[in-house]
Amino acid sequence: MFVNNDVRKSEEMLERHVTQPSEAGHPIILSTEDLHVYYGKKEALFEGDLQFASNQITALIGPSGSGKSTFLRSLNRMNDRIATVTGRIMYRGVDINQPAVDVYEMRRRVGMVFQRPNPFAKSIYDNIAFALRLRGVTGKHELDEIVETSLKQAALWEQVKDDLNKSALALSGGQAQRLCIARAIAVKPDILLLDEPASALDPVSTGQLEDTLLELKENYTIIIVTHNMQQAARISEYTAFFNQGRVLEYDTTSQIFTNPQVQVTSDYVSGNFG
Amino acid sequence: MTSKKQNQLAIGALYGIAGLVVLILLALLGYILVSGMPKLSWHFLTSPAKAFLSGGGVGIQLFNSFYLLILAMLISFPIALGAAIYLYEYAKDNWVTATIRTAIEILSSLPSVVVGLFGFLFFVVKLRLGFSILSGAFALTFFNLPLLTRSIEDSLRTISDVQREGGLALGLSRWETVTRVILPAAVPSILTGVILSAGRVFGEAAALIYTAGQSAPALNFADWNPFNISSPLNPMRPAETLAVHIWKINSEGIMPDAKAISSGSSAVLVLAILLFNFAARYLGKRLYKRLTSA
Repeated sequence: MFVNNDVRKSEEMLERHVTQPSEAGHPIILSTEDLHVYYGKKEALFEGDLQFASNQITALIGPSGSGKSTFLRSLNRMNDRIATVTGRIMYRGVDINQPAVDVYEMRRRVGMVFQRPNPFAKSIYDNIAFALRLRGVTGKHELDEIVETSLKQAALWEQVKDDLNKSALALSGGQAQRLCIARAIAVKPDILLLDEPASALDPVSTGQLEDTLLELKENYTIIIVTHNMQQAARISEYTAFFNQGRVLEYDTTSQIFTNPQVQVTSDYVSGNFG
Repeated sequence: MTSKKQNQLAIGALYGIAGLVVLILLALLGYILVSGMPKLSWHFLTSPAKAFLSGGGVGIQLFNSFYLLILAMLISFPIALGAAIYLYEYAKDNWVTATIRTAIEILSSLPSVVVGLFGFLFFVVKLRLGFSILSGAFALTFFNLPLLTRSIEDSLRTISDVQREGGLALGLSRWETVTRVILPAAVPSILTGVILSAGRVFGEAAALIYTAGQSAPALNFADWNPFNISSPLNPMRPAETLAVHIWKINSEGIMPDAKAISSGSSAVLVLAILLFNFAARYLGKRLYKRLTSA
């Protein structure tokens, strides 16, 4: 697993290749500048200068402990009580770490799906509807509609439409994860962050989840952390490679996988370490 | 010795220990019920106690026990819930919370007679509440609060952190996450804690002897105005509970049928706690279903 990860020559570690997404029709929606994240005194992320194109899927790959999850969780301030974040995270021109920013409103715009499916101990319907009710959407008709659309977008509607009042805890892992996606998109975010969403799923569910993500990018910007390089290659337009708390390489996915510029990236994507 | 033999030996020993525990409990319960059952009758459950003659009942004591239990729970549950939510969901792990937790632990190991004497000095004498249901309820709150806080905090701990993150990631505030996601999911476990502490409160005598008093003045069950002295709801009247009654007739009862009344009262106490248990569990299940549609 950890072959020579720590004993690489330091000059090799300084090599970096970070590009900017520049495809027409996909403006930059989110960018980070000089981002550092500390857990207590320990620095977990040293440099993360990345720009994310809207309505595209960006994959974050890298070995365990390389800082990719830490990076992702900083993007909607899930690290607030856990870690110290310095630097800027610009979302549509606003630095989300400014005190004036309403963190709850910001998290509704930047939704998140976690590694382990975490449906609430509520009915399938309420899993999606209750956050909306808290935001003042109370019309039965309106709620029904949002629940149906979200479940359809998450490709779960056909399987659960007759069981909306049953407990979400009875769903299978893949279904539960898609419910979590439906729940996240029901509050109409701009950006969807996914932290290894398929790592607890079987191959069939994983395939369904990837299809869902490919459809969702029509409406959402998706940033996904994954350990599965085939997955990154299959679904993403851009890929960022993290190693030891730094972004070593960021480019289009095809570049990263076919013609990586940094030796460590090349080693990682060809399975030599990590 | 082979691993297999070792394992069999261990299983045998564990079965033996478990069996012994069950046996002791069944024997105790059986003894209380068998010796108390003959005394149980509608008359015994509803009529007031008699000091010198035989044929007295425990009606007022039974009512007092329930009334005190409900009052004590009404006071202590919200405080314990708030404290537990603060300690587990909000407070950072630092010396302040460490001090609070230590204080709670010390308080929970306080002998109940000490709580009773403190209640006597503070509520009965200093605050001039007298021997009253209110004094008793406050003393029971002191007695109950540490354990209840601890058990609710443990209940919150059983809810996985991914649930909290799920709530926060939807843009809910910490408070909304706690009240809408965490608490509903924790209801069954919180309820178990409440039932256990209610059982302790219901059977508590030492903390009440000097606070709620040892006398049970006649009550007029037709008068529900809490300001009238003979009303069952009056919180300022002295109120001997069932547990205190058992203690009292065993130590200084001079009625001819003292032993039978003591046995009967014990059976009533045990049955009431059982009944309370089942009812609370049933209600808890209904509540959990309504909150979670599980």
